[in-house]
Amino acid sequence: MSARENILARIGKARGPGVGVDSDDVIRRHPRGPIPPLGNNLAKRFGEQATRLASDVAPTATLMDVPKIVADYLRERQLPPKGVCWPSLAALDWQGAGLEIESRAAHGDDPVGITGAFTGIAETGTLMLLSGAQTPATVSLLPETHVAVVEKVRIVATMEDAWDRLRREHGKLPRAVNFISGPSRTADIEQTVTLGAHGPYRVLIVIVGGSWNE
Amino acid sequence: MQVTAMHFKRKASENLRNEKLQKALEKLQTKFVDGRAVAIAELPNFGEVRDAAAEIRDKVIRSLDRYLLRFEQEATARGAVVHWAETTEDVNRIVAEIAHQHGVHRIVKSKSMVSEECGLNDALETQGLEVIETDLGEYILQLAHEPPSHIVAPVVHKSKEDISDLFEEKHQRPRTVQIAELCREAREVLRPGFLSADMGISGANFIVAETGSVLIVTNEGNGRLTTTLPRVHVAITGIEKVVPTLEDVTTLLRLLPRSATGQSITNYVSVLTGTRGKDESDGPEHFHVILLDNGRSKLLGTELQPMLRCIRCGACMNHCPVYQNIGGHAYGWVYPGPMGSVLTPSFVGLENALDLPNASTFCGECAVVCPVKIPLPDLLRHLRTRQVQQHLRPWQERVALRLWSWMARRPALYALSTRIAARLLRIFSGSEKRFHYLPGVTGWTDERDMPAPAGRTFRDLYRERHSS
Repeated sequence: MSARENILARIGKARGPGVGVDSDDVIRRHPRGPIPPLGNNLAKRFGEQATRLASDVAPTATLMDVPKIVADYLRERQLPPKGVCWPSLAALDWQGAGLEIESRAAHGDDPVGITGAFTGIAETGTLMLLSGAQTPATVSLLPETHVAVVEKVRIVATMEDAWDRLRREHGKLPRAVNFISGPSRTADIEQTVTLGAHGPYRVLIVIVGGSWNE
Repeated sequence: MQVTAMHFKRKASENLRNEKLQKALEKLQTKFVDGRAVAIAELPNFGEVRDAAAEIRDKVIRSLDRYLLRFEQEATARGAVVHWAETTEDVNRIVAEIAHQHGVHRIVKSKSMVSEECGLNDALETQGLEVIETDLGEYILQLAHEPPSHIVAPVVHKSKEDISDLFEEKHQRPRTVQIAELCREAREVLRPGFLSADMGISGANFIVAETGSVLIVTNEGNGRLTTTLPRVHVAITGIEKVVPTLEDVTTLLRLLPRSATGQSITNYVSVLTGTRGKDESDGPEHFHVILLDNGRSKLLGTELQPMLRCIRCGACMNHCPVYQNIGGHAYGWVYPGPMGSVLTPSFVGLENALDLPNASTFCGECAVVCPVKIPLPDLLRHLRTRQVQQHLRPWQERVALRLWSWMARRPALYALSTRIAARLLRIFSGSEKRFHYLPGVTGWTDERDMPAPAGRTFRDLYRERHSS
């Protein structure tokens, strides 16, 4: 017998014959667990939680403003004004803001990576990014600075809401769903939190669609 | 990984006298214990979420095969290859076969306790493969040739000075004791490894039956790099890690980081499903998932079944007064603390880990903080019972217990002999009223004095209070 058969046989023997016959039904219904109370202003909560987890948050009215916000952010921190963006954001006027941005997946030495986001999750201030041809996963990962553009109207309360939206809009999961909550960090040395481990050192979230306090 | 749990007592004594380790362990208490308390207080419906989490884990374990088969079906439909492994040797063989099949030379790894169970790195290195640990803690341990001492913070036993010395020696760069600079140094040394590796090996915090996905929670980003850049990804996990749906995993995610490090969510939660699409420019082309049994299925239907709920957060060890004082290495295998004291005897044999079920004061804190409500003290007590039933306890202990039980069933004799013993101990304790040494209980008196009895027994005092 194969390992698979042996393992399944041992489990099957320990399980009663009628137990769990509804497993496929449970999955089809995918019931929610208890949801924490979150208040009504989702965008505000998203911004506050993201800030708490060491992301920088900038609200703005329109997508057109994003290149200038990014340029200012990089200049203030004396960071190189160049990098890569998702092909889905290639049409923005990066050059007009003095930025040198290529539309492609990131290489190991690209200083800035600019992405969109499928949604933002208010509960924890978390970005949800889906991988794909127009949304390569490396852009939010390899550069030292990650800029994420989130539409205010797409911010949801919880991860459960985000899953429902994903099922509705895409049907199935992409290769990678990445939830991102601030710059990469480690506390492995003396349990001291240090920002900037193997991923970005800083994350700027631009919320498009008006102030997140409204 | 080699089991050295039989040396528990000796190693525990050594560690109690190790001042550097004691200082390091203090940090764990302040950061992780306090951090968890704050994070739990911020979740208004914590109790409700915890009940739901325990029920989710129980539901899966009750019909584990059904959810595993569904996972296999969904994962396969998305282009992953699912392997089943009965033993750790099977895992090592399967990984080596995958590596050879894809012409792999260099492997990057993110943290996986299951791969520590397997001793995977050594096994792959003997096959001529280069393996690089990329979690900062695991990387430090790989340089130092040491095993992890904590399942979440593997290098908790080392000070930053230890790590500075190690990096200076291995990296040949100017020495620094700044933690941020040490982290940057590791990033710069490891980045070329990520970019050139042919294979990435990760664990899985959960696997999702609904979608055939592997989910990993990480903070450093090395888990994402490991599972994004190399052309082959192998995820290794225990068969018990399956959960039914994305909603279920979300409930568990409300508790795992809070219980582990006091975070409301880890920096990254990655849900990985299938292989790179035809028009995609990143992601692995080959995705293998290895499901390891290694003694897990044997716990089903036994008193120890609730242990399979475990989500490896480490809260039980962070809060354990025994772990807090002796650290993780004394436990002698991959999993330390209360969860390890149940898992190690279960996986490597009770006879190879005789002291572990006894390495508990039964204070119950581990059960209080467990996010999936595992009754750890009950499970440890059950293992103690098994030890006695299987005649695995030393003869002195068995004789002493038999004698005590004989006496306890004769109340008059018991009262008389305790009264005599209490008085004798008081007389022999001298003016200090303490013992620096007592034959037979040196385990106590080596570390601290034994206070002498006041001379009167509990029964005497009880009778006196109730007659007045």
